[in-house]
Amino acid sequence: MSNNIDLSVNIAGITFNNPVIMASGTYGFGREYGEYVDLNALGGISVKGLTLKERAGNPPPRIAETPGGILNSVGLQNPGVEAFKEHDLPFLKKYNTRIIANISGNTIEEYCKMAEILGDSEVAALELNVSCPNVKAGGMAFGTDPRLIEEITSEVKKYCRQPLIVKLSPNVGDIKIMARAAEAAGADGISLINTLLGMAIDIHRRRPILANNFGGLSGPAVKPVAVRMVYEAANAVKIPVIGMGGISNSDDAIEFLLAGATAVMVGTANFVNPTVPVEILQGLKDYMENYGLNSLKELTGALELN
Amino acid sequence: MKKVLKEQITQMQQLSGDVYKMTIRSEYVAANAVPGQFVNIKCGDIDVLLRRPISICDVDRKNNTFDIVFQVKGSGTGRLSCMCSGEVDMMAPLGRGFTLDPKHKNIFVVGGGIGTFPLLYLLNSSGAGEKTALLGFRTKAAVVLEDRFRAAARHVEITTDDGTYGRQAFVTELLEQRLLEQKPDIVYTCGPAIMMRRVAAIAEKHGIPCQVSMEQRMGCGIGACLVCACKTKKGEDGQGFSHVCKDGPVFWSTEVCWD
Repeated sequence: MSNNIDLSVNIAGITFNNPVIMASGTYGFGREYGEYVDLNALGGISVKGLTLKERAGNPPPRIAETPGGILNSVGLQNPGVEAFKEHDLPFLKKYNTRIIANISGNTIEEYCKMAEILGDSEVAALELNVSCPNVKAGGMAFGTDPRLIEEITSEVKKYCRQPLIVKLSPNVGDIKIMARAAEAAGADGISLINTLLGMAIDIHRRRPILANNFGGLSGPAVKPVAVRMVYEAANAVKIPVIGMGGISNSDDAIEFLLAGATAVMVGTANFVNPTVPVEILQGLKDYMENYGLNSLKELTGALELN
Repeated sequence: MKKVLKEQITQMQQLSGDVYKMTIRSEYVAANAVPGQFVNIKCGDIDVLLRRPISICDVDRKNNTFDIVFQVKGSGTGRLSCMCSGEVDMMAPLGRGFTLDPKHKNIFVVGGGIGTFPLLYLLNSSGAGEKTALLGFRTKAAVVLEDRFRAAARHVEITTDDGTYGRQAFVTELLEQRLLEQKPDIVYTCGPAIMMRRVAAIAEKHGIPCQVSMEQRMGCGIGACLVCACKTKKGEDGQGFSHVCKDGPVFWSTEVCWD
């Protein structure tokens, strides 16, 4: 029975062995978690957010634990796109999993340049980060204005040789407008949600815990918001949606699929349990078997509203 | 492939008001842990989301057990202090520990408060003929494991901030005095950042190599999430962020940017 279950998914012409992808910023470039999990088992890895030049990131503390979640303000620490291509991609290429390059920039030109640099590489897709809450320029500023989403997406698309996935920010009034803007500008898919802008205060020091004052909230606490936004976005566009936000087990992943996601990303849960992607896959198989489903297509968007 | 371990708690002991010692049976950790490394323990579910990094206090290879000593500071360590039996879920051993070199015949360890504990395993692992432990605490009630330090080092001196036990002094003042009398081959330190910064400055002034065990709020504990940043003199401009969980927690004092 279980042999007939097909967990593969297609996103913008790219086949992923399964729908469980590691979320950018939580998995580095795969090396550390590769010591605990067979990376071949993963549907894909969206690598740590890349910028054109190396970035040192924000000063510490960069993390604060909050109820059911974490606030982070790493600030896109990364070695730069060229160093990634030279030192990190060769390691990732050894595995039978899809690599997504998450890219961020201060200007639209920087995003375009990065798309160009990655054009001849083995990354399967680009994920346009227009939703990082932890950097001053660019980042979330692009992702909270539909005109800017359209402009950056259509510009970057000109330089892209791989499918382009636009990662949307939840820090907006109407996610449907942002999703439609990305689609209209030629995005091949969208992923959401990035982190929710938040703050945590040390009451004894009367200062924010994070050195950067604000940070991005992730983890189980954001899941209901994320499920709602994925549902809204998936119903607003025809391009595939990758859903994420607090997924910690297969039940969570299935919620996102039912809400309309073609695939899911797992982030914060890896910190707690490095083998969570494998457990999610097993749970997903069990669920499909229980309900006599053979393909994930039968799950995606299968939600019926009350 | 590394595994998340599920190991048996064999003993739990309250050492002082809010400091606890947990003994855990683990063949793997006992065989592989080096001094200065830590374990990342799951303390709860959604209510205590992240694992808590706790340094290894000592290892008993004969009995395949190791000790962690921790202070209850929040919800995670609070939960941990209530786990008296059963299994703990942990990733271990993690991080880069202290450098032990047979050339070091005379070693000093300088500890402050709960930072003293990882130095015990270091003393027990070092083959140095001369071992000196300078340990600073706030007050008498906070002084714990003295007998084990006395068994591990030839010279143990204790200071308290309020003079209720040992000498009333900062442990760094004691270090300055002892360095006038002898010159160890290396100084190891663990404790509050302000203390370690001072220890590093004193050691550097005397031309003695010094290793420091840094602390920072962690996420994953294995080097993937990049949150536990520590400013170090790396990179082209001599300033970059290393990560306490993977590049550390132990660094050479000269690697760290103390500002």
